[in-house]
Amino acid sequence: MNAMPGIFAAATGADSLLERWPILFRDTVAGFFPAPLQWLVGSLISILAIVAIFGGVFAALTLLERKMLGRVQNRPGPNRTGPFGLLQPIADGIKMLTKEDIVPRSADHLLHFLAPVALLAFSILTFAVIPFGRNLVPLELDAAVLYFFAAGAATELAIFMAGWASRNKFSLLAAMRALAQLISYELPLLLSFVPIIMLAGTLSMTGIIDQQAGWNFGFIPKWYIFTPWGFAAFAIFLVAALAESNRSPFDLPEAESELIAGHLTEYSGFKYALFFMAEYFGMIALSGMAITLFLGGWRAPLPFLEFIPSYLWFGAKLLGLLLLFIWIRGTFPRLRMDQLTRLAWKFLVPLALFNLGTAAFWSLTSGWSGPLQLARWGVAIALVVVPFVLLGRGLSRGVAPRTYRFA
Amino acid sequence: MSNSGLEFPAPVGGSHVAAVHDPFHGDLLEVSMGPHHPSTHGVFRMMVTLDGETIVKLKPVFGYLHRNHEKLGENTSYLASMPYTDRLDYLNSMTNNWAYALAVEKLAGQPVPERAEYLRVILAELTRLLNHVCLAGFLLQDTGASGTPLMYAFREREKILDLFESLSGSRMMCNYQRFGGCRVDASPEWLAGAKHITDNFGRFLDEYEELITGNEILMARTQGVGALSPELAISAGITGPMLRATGVDYDLRKVDAYGVYSRFNFRVPLGDHGDTYDRYMIRVLEMRESITILQQALRDLPAGPIMDPKAKIRGFRPKAGEAYGRIEGPKGEIGFYLISDGSPNPYRYRVRPPSFVNLTVLEDMCLGQTIADAVIILGSVDIVLGEVDR
Repeated sequence: MNAMPGIFAAATGADSLLERWPILFRDTVAGFFPAPLQWLVGSLISILAIVAIFGGVFAALTLLERKMLGRVQNRPGPNRTGPFGLLQPIADGIKMLTKEDIVPRSADHLLHFLAPVALLAFSILTFAVIPFGRNLVPLELDAAVLYFFAAGAATELAIFMAGWASRNKFSLLAAMRALAQLISYELPLLLSFVPIIMLAGTLSMTGIIDQQAGWNFGFIPKWYIFTPWGFAAFAIFLVAALAESNRSPFDLPEAESELIAGHLTEYSGFKYALFFMAEYFGMIALSGMAITLFLGGWRAPLPFLEFIPSYLWFGAKLLGLLLLFIWIRGTFPRLRMDQLTRLAWKFLVPLALFNLGTAAFWSLTSGWSGPLQLARWGVAIALVVVPFVLLGRGLSRGVAPRTYRFA
Repeated sequence: MSNSGLEFPAPVGGSHVAAVHDPFHGDLLEVSMGPHHPSTHGVFRMMVTLDGETIVKLKPVFGYLHRNHEKLGENTSYLASMPYTDRLDYLNSMTNNWAYALAVEKLAGQPVPERAEYLRVILAELTRLLNHVCLAGFLLQDTGASGTPLMYAFREREKILDLFESLSGSRMMCNYQRFGGCRVDASPEWLAGAKHITDNFGRFLDEYEELITGNEILMARTQGVGALSPELAISAGITGPMLRATGVDYDLRKVDAYGVYSRFNFRVPLGDHGDTYDRYMIRVLEMRESITILQQALRDLPAGPIMDPKAKIRGFRPKAGEAYGRIEGPKGEIGFYLISDGSPNPYRYRVRPPSFVNLTVLEDMCLGQTIADAVIILGSVDIVLGEVDR
């Protein structure tokens, strides 16, 4: 009871009750159990919280995506179930659960069953190391970044499993596409954040967020995105993340107009829903990673906004990135397979390597000040822009708007 | 590629597709795209043999929508065939009606009043807008642009369909033309509505092109894909925007100058590459030309009757002879060939459907391209299965 005034008294700073209640809750509940079991109960609470919260986020996100795509496409989107269609996710869930689960006779039954389960498991595993707020890290690992990408890469394996086990030629083509996409885009994804590890000097997520604390000129946050190399790395990361989570314009494995539904062709009912869920979880996890690496994690964007709890800032940034993903989906046509791999190998990978050099330069010149500081910015921006323009020119060779003659 | 030594063993495991073995290239994969496939634009089937994702053989299979159209035409009176022509290319019933009416009018030597000729031009150009805007939407849907261009296109299409409905009573199955004129006259309000849509269509096209035409992904996906040479196009009898995309200047509105088209000032856009991007752009440019034709026709529309007073409706028996009436439909040359033996029914009734003829070069365009390209090449041919299968 006497903790109540604390909410208002210590409204700013890390020790307000609003900020700490999830940890307090976990420790209090775990405290009821004997000491040897406390770590187990603590992690179970974390797991339950993640599954419950992000399950809810998934449901809300399906509605948000359909609503927003609808608005982009000049139509209202779902609006029949409940007020403004708010109950649509529940209706979808009931539909998915009650649908017949069809397995093709010649499919590999075990793998066909395992694929969605494995995919979802790998997707949820990635949540373990994301800091959702101050001290809200389910699992504090020293090599958290490596763990995240190891778990994330395994999801493509599950997609391959699904495509292979369905014994459908469209699924098989999708499986081949998924593997090619994995191999192509894992590299730029990993290379894009190597500069951050260089400058932060740590693989721990908390450490990386700590490095982004503080303000330039008192109001610009010291996030990595506000440096030339950081911005370039963020752009590369975002493109590669779109490809990793099989989102448009890189949704080649399930290219609807070409491969019907790709690896999902032979899935129905709840297994299909699991795939759907895993795709969204992957999207959320990669967005969370982008927030952690480039957008200062759970930190507030302006000093006077620090009184808002950190997990809400994380949520706001997550929402922003997800809306960006949806917007991109509503806008772009899909790439072709060879163009997809060419974009990765001839553009993103060299650009990420150049960016490594830019980051090294930035790190070496960290002592420069005054007019030299301006020169440092100029050189770094040039080091980002020049390769971008040159590589981009090579990429779009032979592709140009045309003029037409009239008879 | 038809006799390249490919062997087709019996299907394995009850599947209707079989792995194809080629001793020189390793395993090829034969995939049946369609008849139930999201982007075959109806019940059309492509038997595709793939080397990886590259097409080495493509066999179009159609006929799933065959309705015995031509035989029906021989067993019904001339006028009773008119509503059947709506169902050929069900996007463009107005131009189908006109081509059929033109053939019968040639057969019977029937003149058409001027106001009816103008109305026919207005409706045909509105149909062209409707068809091309649908094509642009569906083509971009096939490239994976997730519905947005399609929905924008359909918004405009709906406006034109509303016009058709208020004039003819039906959105798509208009059944509007008659031998010697049109069925109902257009009211001043209707003409004002048509003018409103015409004047605003250019703005929509600007918006649409800004959204997607300059998109680098779209250009990379369509430029150099499915190129068709002018020689092959001519020898295969390709007509319409697909032929003009290869650079051949052949537009029946200029060549035949049927109806009152000689009075309008418009240009014919031509492509230089004959690829999918050209086919898309030619249609966009044709829409802009259609707008200028519509503006001229709506400005110059004369007063007067819409039906030749001497035209016979009942007991219509053209004297023995034959006639071929053709117009420049949105998809190409739509023609009707009729032989009369003096009876109320035609002795022979034959349709020249543009999308069926244009479809014949599908394999030539798709060989060496990937499976993703085949979908957009098919989309750029602009087929309607009602017309292909008849």
